[in-house]
Amino acid sequence: MARREVPDIPGGSLADIAFLLLIFFLVTTTMETDTGLMRKLPPLQDPDQEISDDQQIHERNILVVKVNKDNMLLVEGEIIQINELKDIAKEFILNPNNAEDLPEKVDKNIPYFGTVRVAKQAVISLQNDYGTTYGVYIAVQNELLAARDEVKNNLAMQTWGIPYDELDEERMAAVDEYYNAPISEAEPKKIGGE
Amino acid sequence: MSKFKRHTGKAGAGKINTASLPDIVFMLLFFFMTVTVMREVELKITVKLPDATQGKKLEKKSLASFIYIGKPLPQLQAIFGSEPKIQLNDAFKEIDDIQDFIVQEREALDESDQAKMLVSLKIDRETRMQIVTEVKQALRRANALKIMYANMPVDRITSLN
Repeated sequence: MARREVPDIPGGSLADIAFLLLIFFLVTTTMETDTGLMRKLPPLQDPDQEISDDQQIHERNILVVKVNKDNMLLVEGEIIQINELKDIAKEFILNPNNAEDLPEKVDKNIPYFGTVRVAKQAVISLQNDYGTTYGVYIAVQNELLAARDEVKNNLAMQTWGIPYDELDEERMAAVDEYYNAPISEAEPKKIGGE
Repeated sequence: MSKFKRHTGKAGAGKINTASLPDIVFMLLFFFMTVTVMREVELKITVKLPDATQGKKLEKKSLASFIYIGKPLPQLQAIFGSEPKIQLNDAFKEIDDIQDFIVQEREALDESDQAKMLVSLKIDRETRMQIVTEVKQALRRANALKIMYANMPVDRITSLN
């Protein structure tokens, strides 16, 4: 029945077909790299637990950052713009001139650095209103994290000439200890109306 | 100079052999096919992530659970309203469901990985903090303390979102 010779299948269009598929996948690929601000939530606190005296943080050791429902920024009682926040936070963490109203420093022995004066109790407290916009809240967190990262990075560069991100774990821990300044997100409260 | 002239004169413009072209293209094709990840959850809300410069890359996606918060899609607003809602996996959920969700997600992981679990919050930038705060409180109750505020990586923040 089939006495005819089977003709060669033309392969010239193979490349075209493959290109078509390729372009489809090129377009649909979104190379999604998830990035985000890494944070750690505090564990739930026992409401009955009383804060003892040594747990209470002295006023000069706290940088209070408040964001209200109109997305205005209040830092230590002054209304500021978001682009000023980073410098204020950096000055707070560093306290270069040992100012009276900035965190007090105590002697502390840290590996690699020896005994240095660090602001051990410094805390950045971020308070937001229920009506605050999430984007603004993230922008504020971002600035605070940026300030802290920059300070740490500077220290790492000065000491070893290596950026903070590329340090090994022990050195990283040492730098973390040097500039601790945790960013605390206050227990939620409703400040002002809707 | 004369060398070049003589050369071109002699050989002429030969045809390029395209026989290996399909192979090359197929190779690229397979690369993209393996790299492409089809979105695993269908979003029922609009999420426009906020800008941030300090975002860190999510290293292990398998350890992350995702919580989405945003306004329902326009075509769903007739049913669900236009207030921001929480989406877990494929369905709208309430704050009280988060604890169960976390427990489920945690049990799905290997025991050695359970402590490393991370919750990625994908929240629309226009959302009010009230719902975000409630979700955070629920996460604290569920003892899922490692969180990540997902963001759009940018070089610098230009405006207050």
